[in-house]
Amino acid sequence: MSDLAQVSPRAFRWARRRASAAGFWRSLRRDKLALTSLVVLVLFVVLAVVAPWVSNRADFNVINTGDNPVWAKPSGQYLLGTDNYGRSVALQVLWGARVSLFVGVAATVLTIVLGTLVGISAGFFGGWIDAVLMRITDWFLVIPFLPFAIVLASVLGRSLWNIVFVIGITSWPSTARLVRSQVLSLRERLYVDRARALGGGRAHIIGRHILPNVTPLVLASTTLAVPISILTETTLAFLGLGDPTDVSWGGILDQARTAAAVTTNRWWYYLPPGVAIIMVVLAFTIFGRALEAILDPRLRDR
Amino acid sequence: MSEPVLSVTNVQVQFGGGSVRAVDTVSLEVGRGEVVALVGESGCGKTTLIRSIIGLEPLAAGSIAVEGRPVGRGRGLRALRRKVQMIFQDPTGALNPRHSIYEAVAEGLRIHKVKGHEPTLVAEALASAGLRPPERYLRRFPHELSGGQRQRVLIAAAMALGPTLLLADEPVASLDASIRGEILALMRSFVDTRGVSIVAVTHDLGLAWNIADRVAVMYLGRIVEVGPTEEVLRAPKHPYTQALLSVVPEIEGLEQQILTGETPDPSRMPSGCRFHPRCPLVASGEAERLGIVDRCRGVDLELEPEVGAHRVACHAVRA
Repeated sequence: MSDLAQVSPRAFRWARRRASAAGFWRSLRRDKLALTSLVVLVLFVVLAVVAPWVSNRADFNVINTGDNPVWAKPSGQYLLGTDNYGRSVALQVLWGARVSLFVGVAATVLTIVLGTLVGISAGFFGGWIDAVLMRITDWFLVIPFLPFAIVLASVLGRSLWNIVFVIGITSWPSTARLVRSQVLSLRERLYVDRARALGGGRAHIIGRHILPNVTPLVLASTTLAVPISILTETTLAFLGLGDPTDVSWGGILDQARTAAAVTTNRWWYYLPPGVAIIMVVLAFTIFGRALEAILDPRLRDR
Repeated sequence: MSEPVLSVTNVQVQFGGGSVRAVDTVSLEVGRGEVVALVGESGCGKTTLIRSIIGLEPLAAGSIAVEGRPVGRGRGLRALRRKVQMIFQDPTGALNPRHSIYEAVAEGLRIHKVKGHEPTLVAEALASAGLRPPERYLRRFPHELSGGQRQRVLIAAAMALGPTLLLADEPVASLDASIRGEILALMRSFVDTRGVSIVAVTHDLGLAWNIADRVAVMYLGRIVEVGPTEEVLRAPKHPYTQALLSVVPEIEGLEQQILTGETPDPSRMPSGCRFHPRCPLVASGEAERLGIVDRCRGVDLELEPEVGAHRVACHAVRA
């Protein structure tokens, strides 16, 4: 106990956090598939972040590409060839990653925050709070998603933030329901009774017992919401509802379709953004599942 | 007896919007350093009673006072809760699986902002509950411990707050027979060394015999007999207590009485003495011979009002 007496509570807490972080990394290293997914995700994020430093946004602006060859096949000069305006596809995909990832993450954050807030309030407090919140949730849940998103996107105007808003506002209800059902079961647990018997108030119980126990669920939901958000952004951009001043993967696919790249078999235009979407979506999903398994101590060491 | 640590006065707990009285007008006092066992069949309201003492079930009527101060609502409640701690039947369910043993014990210390060096307090609490050396347990998680060790963690967490009253809901029912004695001895040691009082709920009369100073027998939400352990278990007066004891193999000299039928549905409480539909005295005609059978069927009764050590709620005993 002598070595215990020398450390401060804060140092002790940090030591425990470091230990759990190390344990987390150890578990992750054993899961090769999750590690590969993480590498893929990091790669895409790095590419998206460094895009402005390694390339120039103006290089694939139509007014600057008049001298470029059109429909050039992939080569040393144009890694992924060029499109019908002579724009480099590689550059478009690179810059598209920025928009797709940003929308995916931002819309997910909005979804998760709204959904968790509503879900915990409804599940924990119950009664009329639950009834009111769940009717609102139902209302959003029964609205057909795509028509509503299209209407909202066209009413609000075609900007990046509006896309984020549209995705967030239409996808939080499922998270809310998921979280609520978990909270309903959690609040009846014996350890919640024990926390109350110890003298803990509502804030303590929500903060220490309810929230940490819905986190894995929320994380799993998050890692599924990111790819869904990316796909939704792709869908909306493909339908011509994206931000016209920005290039996103869905937008590239839309332009590839308009330029008849598919029927003329110019695969280098539609394949790269499609593969990028699939890779990011798949990596997020696999990594999310692995994360969930690691963060639940009962699933660990089995 | 000096000022009681706990006094429960005419407490009622209702479920189902008042249709079921799980605890119906119960009064009980517990002195300092006293161990009281609440015994009875399952469904008699003994767990509900101690849950109401710690505030997990709202009172429909009556009052509860700890060290003479009534337990109310709001701010005073938190300070009072530090005085009363509870351990549970199922130590696995009572520990959050995501919290390490350190966090489980520190939880109460943080809620009540106990002064002192937290890691030291936690380690001392674990050591006092027999988890030695404590450093070995701090970083572990509940699923890595045995049932007995988990119960020790709960006891450590409860005792870390220095309570004057420890409520125990079937503290050893879920444990191996070989561990039970150790846990009971541990609880008893806190009575001797720290003067804590214990109210232990159990259906095991042997447990009551081993650690309790007094025994209270509950039937359908009421205490039907209360008194010193020796007297109640050696010379039970209430026919229900007699029937309970007669089926304990270690106790000889009582004719075995198997109670027929289930405990009645508490939402349709029998009139009169609530035990009379199953009472062997009524069934055998003994009550009729004593001329009290009409009272058994029609007159509700509580514990004898006169203050004595050994009190019973039975028309036959009063006749």
